[in-house]
Amino acid sequence: MVNAIGILNLETQFTPFTSLAGGALIGLSAIVLMLAHGRIAGISGIISRLLPPSIDKMGATQGLTFVMGLLLSTPLWFTFSYQAPVQSVSNNFVLLGFAGLLVGFGSVLGNGCTSGHGVCGVSRASGRSVVATIIFMSTGFLTVFTLRHVVGG
Amino acid sequence: MRTIITLIAGLLFGSGLKLSGMVNPLKVQNFLDLFGDWDPSLAFVMGGAIAVTMPSFWLIKKRGSPMYNDKFHLPKNTDFDMKLILGAAIFGMGWGLGGFCPGPAITSLSLAASGTFIFVPTMLIGMIAAKSIFK
Repeated sequence: MVNAIGILNLETQFTPFTSLAGGALIGLSAIVLMLAHGRIAGISGIISRLLPPSIDKMGATQGLTFVMGLLLSTPLWFTFSYQAPVQSVSNNFVLLGFAGLLVGFGSVLGNGCTSGHGVCGVSRASGRSVVATIIFMSTGFLTVFTLRHVVGG
Repeated sequence: MRTIITLIAGLLFGSGLKLSGMVNPLKVQNFLDLFGDWDPSLAFVMGGAIAVTMPSFWLIKKRGSPMYNDKFHLPKNTDFDMKLILGAAIFGMGWGLGGFCPGPAITSLSLAASGTFIFVPTMLIGMIAAKSIFK
C-alpha cells in the first residue's frame, strides 16, 4: 500500500535471528576498526572526513577502503546467496532527496549517526551518544507517525 | 596489511547491514512505527552489535594502544550542546522520512536501488553544507 505522498506502508517480517546475527557482524566490524586503528566505526564520520571543505588526507586511504568494503559486500553476498536482500525504497524522489539532506546535515552537526552514536557510542557508555540515540529515535518515530498516521492516514 | 584489515571491516559491516535487514528502508520505518505494523527487528540489530562491542571495547582499551596507531582516536567532547541535540533531531527526521541512515544508503548503491542514487548525493551535499557552516 502506498499512500498519497508516496509513503510505503506494508508489513515486514519480524526477523529476530538474522537481525541479531547481522548486528553481531556490524559489531565485529566495529571491533576490527577499534583494535586495528583505534577508531569508532561511525559511518557518517568516515564519509564526512572524505568530503570538502576539510578533507582528511591522512585517513583518506583507510576511509575509501572501508567504503569500498561496504560496496563490495554486495558481490560477496551473491557468492553465498542467490537472493538479493529485500528492499522496498520509496519512489518519491523529492522526499528521498530531502531525507538525504537532513540525514547528511544532521549527522555531521550531531557528530554521528546510527552506527557511531547508536552502536559504538552506546557501547562506550558515552553520555552524548546515549542522548543522541534517544533523540534521533524519538524524532524518527515522530516523523514516521506524522507521515503514516497524520498526513497520510 | 592494515588496508586489508580495513577492507575486511567494510565487508563485515556491509554484510551485517544486508543480513540484518537494515538495508531495507521499509523495515527501518516499520521499526519506527510503533502504532502501525511494528517490526521490532532493528532492536535486535542494535542489541546484537552492542552485545559484541561493549565487552570487546573494554578489553581493547586495556591494550593501551591499537595495532596500527599510537593511540585511540575517541571523541573527547562530553558536553550536551545544542549542536548535538539539534543534529541528532534533524538526523532522526531524515532517517524516518527516507528509512536510510548513512551506512545502509552507501551499501545499497551497489544493490542499485534507484532511490539511493537520489538519497546518497543529497546526503553528501548535506554533509558538506554542515561541515562548511559549523566546522
